[in-house]
Amino acid sequence: MIAQQEMPNQGDSQPTADRMLVEVEHLAVAFGRQVVLREINIRIRRGETVAILGESGCGKTVLLKTLVALQRPTKGRVLFDGQDLFRLRSYELAKQRIRMGFVFQQAALFDSMTIGENIAFPLRQHTSLSEEEIQTVVRDRLLEVGLPENVLRKKPGEISGGMRKRVGLARALALEPELMLYDEPTTGLDPIMSDVINELILRTRREHPVTSVIVTHDMRTATKVADRIIMLYPLARLEPGESQILYDGPASEIESAPDDRVIQFVRGEARERLMELSRDELPNQLGVGEAAHG
Amino acid sequence: MSQVVAKSPNGLPGVPGGLLNNFAQWVADVGARTMEWVIGLGSISLFLGRTLRWMVTKRPRRETIIWNFYQIGVLSLPVVALTGTFVGMVLAVQSYAQFKMLNLETRLGAVINMSLVRELGPVLAATMLAGRVGSAMAAELGTMRVTEQIDALSVMGADPIHYLVVPRFLACLFLIPALTLMADFMGVVGGYYYSVYLLNIDAYYYLQNSANYVGWFDLAAGTFKTLFFGAAIAIVGCHHGFHCDPGAEGVGRAATYAFVHAFVMILLLDLILGIGLDALYNVLFPQGPRLV
Repeated sequence: MIAQQEMPNQGDSQPTADRMLVEVEHLAVAFGRQVVLREINIRIRRGETVAILGESGCGKTVLLKTLVALQRPTKGRVLFDGQDLFRLRSYELAKQRIRMGFVFQQAALFDSMTIGENIAFPLRQHTSLSEEEIQTVVRDRLLEVGLPENVLRKKPGEISGGMRKRVGLARALALEPELMLYDEPTTGLDPIMSDVINELILRTRREHPVTSVIVTHDMRTATKVADRIIMLYPLARLEPGESQILYDGPASEIESAPDDRVIQFVRGEARERLMELSRDELPNQLGVGEAAHG
Repeated sequence: MSQVVAKSPNGLPGVPGGLLNNFAQWVADVGARTMEWVIGLGSISLFLGRTLRWMVTKRPRRETIIWNFYQIGVLSLPVVALTGTFVGMVLAVQSYAQFKMLNLETRLGAVINMSLVRELGPVLAATMLAGRVGSAMAAELGTMRVTEQIDALSVMGADPIHYLVVPRFLACLFLIPALTLMADFMGVVGGYYYSVYLLNIDAYYYLQNSANYVGWFDLAAGTFKTLFFGAAIAIVGCHHGFHCDPGAEGVGRAATYAFVHAFVMILLLDLILGIGLDALYNVLFPQGPRLV
């Protein structure tokens, strides 16, 4: 792993190696009249692992998709290695995307292809490797995520959700990207499989010089794998002019964050949200919500 | 539909406010629908433009071409052949009584075969394919959209239009004319069989009249139209798939609209091309044979 927490904040004139890998500046995203993200500013250093936390509907996945130019912002820009992704031509954007790996929430494996063909897909698209070399890389990636070779010929529909996520990770790693983006990597998995995925993210970080951004609402994942946590809050619950980023700091210090809403999320306390379930029936339950940890 | 509400609390003097509001609402609805229609047309035009650009700038991968040609062409053969055969036979059944009254039953061959190669073969084959191929494309690509497989293609640096649309477009463009020829052939055979063996029309005169009235231009004109039908089926089907709403309902709606819109496009193109090709025929063959 490249320890870069101490790296100074440097401008565009610096050599590539010293520059921020991802810079999000004054970003806003709206769907029609519904504003999801407002004035988001984030800078991610090379080698850093950042978890983006937040409750459902706060715009975490939308933010992740803007980082890879799948979602066009209504305002602001996203710089990847100094280049504004939304100003690039389609072939230039494709080139930059080869430097990124994206692990989708539901894996997004091509269901018309076998597992082997899925992992080989980016290699066939962007390299001139021989078929033998491609198969070697595919097997290596599969072993790396702890799956047996006999799944290579299976279709995505024939394997479990946890295995699909691991295949998604193997496919994202095929071209050895510089930036890995994970969208809810442990959602829908049992606790053991969630821990396996967390370990794989850590192992990926150890074995590849990669910068990672993980979108999750799983505190366990965030504190285990991330160096830094950014917590987003739904715009609808914010006061006008208040920053949507409630916390941006080391993962180890999130439990002592000054904002009570961060603590509420970390501890998984519903508190006043119980009122929203039924304003007539549940008012007395306020304060009882020492709910299960998220 | 737009929910624009006209704010006219008092209305005009002597005109009930409710009536004015209803009229304003109607105008707003018409405006919103027109906007939707224009935006849809613009979107599909841009989609076609991107497809054509990718078609000429980068060749699709061989395996995607083969797979799509097989799915769209080979697997559609039985349904198209069946359609053609029955259309030929039904034409014989429906026309026989009228021609018999005029003692012109040997002209049945000319009517059946002309109708088949100029209109019914191309249009009915294209309609069948809009149902079989167009809806399937919309459902398949719609599912890929909903399950983020199209996004996955983009983030892996592969353009989804180039990878998913161009092979389907090429398959429809080249194979729908071929399938139409198959439908025409089966229709001619079906019409001949029913007329000669079941209605006992003299085979020689049946064929002779067909040959006199149906020329290469008719076959070429009918087949030429299907190039446009094929392109419309592919673009409409893929466009609906790419812009599919989330969920099973969204995929179902995309498949339904893919068929309905492709069918409307086929009818519209058939009319426009029919007029154009008829004018061309009159220019090329001013003394050519005519049924009427």
